[in-house]
Amino acid sequence: MASRTKGKADSGFAPPDLRAEPPATLRDYYRQMTLIRAFELRANEMYRRAKIGGYCHLNLGEEATVVGLMSALEKRDYLFTTYRDHGYALARGLAPGAVMAELFGKSTGVSKGLGGSMHLFDAKARMLGGYGIVGGQIPPATGAAKALTYRGDPGPDAEAVMCLLGDGTTNIGAFHESLNLAAIWHLPIVYVIVNNRLGMGTTVERASAEPELFKRGCSYRMPGERVDGDDPVAVREAARAALTRARTERQPSLLETMSYRLKGHSVVDPATYRSREESQRVRDLDPLPAFRSRLIEAGVLDDDDAKALEEEAEQQVAEAVDFADKSPDPQVKDLFNYAYATDVANASRRLPAEPVFPVADDSTGGAS
Amino acid sequence: MTTLTMAQALNTALRDAITQDDDVVVFGEDVGTLGGVFRITDGLTRDFGEERCFDTPLAESGIVGFAVGMCMAGFRPVVEMQFDAFGYPAFEQVVSHVAKMRNRTAGAVQLPMVIRFPYAGGIGGVEHHSDSSEAYYAHTPGLKVVSPSTPADAYGLLRQAIEDPDPVVFMEPKALYWAKGEVQTPGQPLPFGRAAVRREGTDVTLIAYGPSVPVALKAADAAREEGWDVEVVDLRTITPFDDDTVARSVRRTGRCVVVTESHGFAGVGAEVAARVQERCFHSLAAPVLRVSGLDIPYPAPKLEHTYLPGVDRVLDAVARLQWDDEPDTRWLDSARGGAA
Ligand SMILES: Cc1ncc(C[n+]2csc(CCOP(=O)(O)OP(=O)(O)O)c2C)c(N)n1
Ligand SMILES: [Mg+2]
Repeated sequence: MASRTKGKADSGFAPPDLRAEPPATLRDYYRQMTLIRAFELRANEMYRRAKIGGYCHLNLGEEATVVGLMSALEKRDYLFTTYRDHGYALARGLAPGAVMAELFGKSTGVSKGLGGSMHLFDAKARMLGGYGIVGGQIPPATGAAKALTYRGDPGPDAEAVMCLLGDGTTNIGAFHESLNLAAIWHLPIVYVIVNNRLGMGTTVERASAEPELFKRGCSYRMPGERVDGDDPVAVREAARAALTRARTERQPSLLETMSYRLKGHSVVDPATYRSREESQRVRDLDPLPAFRSRLIEAGVLDDDDAKALEEEAEQQVAEAVDFADKSPDPQVKDLFNYAYATDVANASRRLPAEPVFPVADDSTGGAS
Repeated sequence: MTTLTMAQALNTALRDAITQDDDVVVFGEDVGTLGGVFRITDGLTRDFGEERCFDTPLAESGIVGFAVGMCMAGFRPVVEMQFDAFGYPAFEQVVSHVAKMRNRTAGAVQLPMVIRFPYAGGIGGVEHHSDSSEAYYAHTPGLKVVSPSTPADAYGLLRQAIEDPDPVVFMEPKALYWAKGEVQTPGQPLPFGRAAVRREGTDVTLIAYGPSVPVALKAADAAREEGWDVEVVDLRTITPFDDDTVARSVRRTGRCVVVTESHGFAGVGAEVAARVQERCFHSLAAPVLRVSGLDIPYPAPKLEHTYLPGVDRVLDAVARLQWDDEPDTRWLDSARGGAA
């Protein structure tokens, strides 16, 4: 099956005609993008203020990709993501407060603070997790797609799986094992490579023998396509087409979205491997102001509308931070509650300051 | 002698090894341009060129297997797994090939490679970034497993690891990367299998390695105020294991607590406790106790301090060593030829 690039490669994509879209839809895309932007900027700040611990990877620069992909994904579909997952969780409808609380490690977080930034999860929203290990999500997503084939027949209303991964992740074995499985077993899944040109500090060109990553689908006779990740409508269209193939034909696809990571790999990475010029170039390509101007040009928004949406996003995020901050910390007594489903006889559940050996029970006639 | 952090000591050891031995090559994810997440390989590519230190794609199993092949062709690769848990995708190569190649070929193939892991917690990391995975490797015959606790040891043990004819799993406690100490550079390799008595004492022996050594030392200081004179033994290498130093200490003190940051169940602490009772049974005045991380996945930062075996927990264990009973030393008398 042929692989193709829509429009010209990389920055020269032909943008879809915005006039064909309902204005309310476009407005909503911009609203979601500003919400993610505001959320990530505050997460960055909260991390620096030590409110957030662990590691924290932001979707800054990928907002258009996130919103485009999530608008194509239906409620009935399942989502697996990388650790760069905050934006997807928000776009999937998880409450910003519960997501921020998870980042804070609070008991009101989506997983009571146990998963943290990299492992956002919500079974109801069919968000089956962020994954902190590179490539860790790909085989499970493929298995979930197999499970769907037992549950219903192919058709336009069938369920499908979307599995996200980074450009660097295409070099790990799990990626290739999974694509092969999906192809030989005809699974309803769309793999999306969110190509932000860097895996930590390593460029795609240095890491991948075929840097046009969507072409890697060829080895598995899987349709591959590259789209402009800075354009939510283009991303949505490509993702929708791939999801339709998954639903109706059980044909897996490999989609590649092209965007840039605005900042370091994670909050603590100063990205010294990027030159000053390169950093400036990336900032100039920021998809948020670009989409904003396009909407204003197309007459969908005026400056006041845009500002109102931005303020609304700020407000929502401020409330999320406030909620997270005021939420209770997780309790030490709950530490052992989730490792096993059933009690493991004689497993040590000893907390600090508890006796090393239980005091002999009188009924057993213990000494002393 | 210069004052270096453990990170600098490791960097210096790599530099000295690269300078002195043309067969030493360093590679891994982001070890070149970036100099590694913890900057252990900082400047190596700049100063020695891409031939000696290079970035690889994201592929741990590939990285380790690649090192096996390089060894077979006469090199001494030093590879980095970016964090403890990122080594699991390479587990198959480590356990099935790295550890077994020598035995399988009746000694024809030696794999003088080093797999470096920043490991353990205490830096507010999370799951995948704070694992103590040494037991998996120590359980595997064919691997040497090393964990330094001071900059000087980090230097000497890494030099030895690189020179050693066997594959070495080199576990670097990330919480100690920034701890400073005196290091002789260029210095000598530090032979494996020699535990260090970090502090002498007469009442109880604390046995630790890597990240738990400073904890044990702090506990020993605190115990002094309670009237206990505590000895601290730093294993330095888990395999090979220095039974002599450990047994000599425990036979003298009669009491022993093993401190490890890893989960307790089936961990290195259990092995130490077993060896101690096998060798020192008649000198023991109390059961050998273990203080370890809890038997749960490494928790989120807010509860990290509860998970980690801290000074309080070590003291708590020391306090439980049946201090009321006098150690039974009658066997000693009989061993000396009966009571005088
Ligand atoms: C198995 C494994 N190896 C290494 C890492 C450390 N690591 C986390 S993200 C990353 C780079 C991934 O790059 P890419 O796939 O392009 O995703 P991006 O971060 O750019 O979204 C690395 C090396 C990891 N989490 N898991
Ligand atoms: Mg990337």
